[in-house]
Amino acid sequence: MNHSLRTPLSRARGLGSAKHGVGHFIQQRATAIFLAVLLPWFALSVLLGTDGSYDSVVGWMRHPLNAAGTALLVLTGLFHMRLGMQVVIEDYITGAVARTVSLLANTAIPAILAVIAILSVAKVFVGA
Amino acid sequence: MAGPQAHEKRPLSPHLQVWRWHVTMATSIFHRASGVALYLGAMVLTAWVVALASGPSAYTDFMSFLMSPLCLLILFGITAAACYHLANGIRHLAWDAGKGFDPKVSTATGWATIIAGGVGAVVVFALAFLA
Repeated sequence: MNHSLRTPLSRARGLGSAKHGVGHFIQQRATAIFLAVLLPWFALSVLLGTDGSYDSVVGWMRHPLNAAGTALLVLTGLFHMRLGMQVVIEDYITGAVARTVSLLANTAIPAILAVIAILSVAKVFVGA
Repeated sequence: MAGPQAHEKRPLSPHLQVWRWHVTMATSIFHRASGVALYLGAMVLTAWVVALASGPSAYTDFMSFLMSPLCLLILFGITAAACYHLANGIRHLAWDAGKGFDPKVSTATGWATIIAGGVGAVVVFALAFLA
């Protein structure tokens, strides 16, 4: 006797859970908790700790905790952003090609932004 | 058998054409919209650290570009999106803990997150330009 509740057509299409949903859910929320601390810290620290001029912002970024916090904000934010946009793409973009291209772009763009931002923070931090 | 055409003509969530707008629905839609807007915010933040790493003249040029009226308007929108997404994100975390589902509570916290978005953006701009 066949105990599966799936129809033969459903099995042939091979759609359904990718078994990665729980990890996605937890990662989205874990990064959210870190961002709820990092983003207000960054905004208040830059707004209150600098006057916005080049010299004062560079001086701020040369402090190890400020450089580390900025790098963590960028990495955590981009990771969270990718997870969120992935769900939006999966919900609203139905064409197979458009969806695949969008999902690949949604991996490439945060990765590129992360590398550029981390290298920039590192350059300012070491004063190169 | 339903073909792909029939599948693609089905209405997409959240059925804007048949739902009466209410605040808990609006906060859900705004959460997505503000999250998408923050994609642009991440690009602005990255451009800012690149400008900082590129030296004083590049940084000054970038900051004067950001201070143009159109960019300030966009920056205010991004700031409001960030404040709203943060406030509503905390509301979502409370929901994940099983708290705040009561209709009266979720309506009140919904209005609170919308107000937090606007007030937060005004506070950030006041700190940036008045302090």
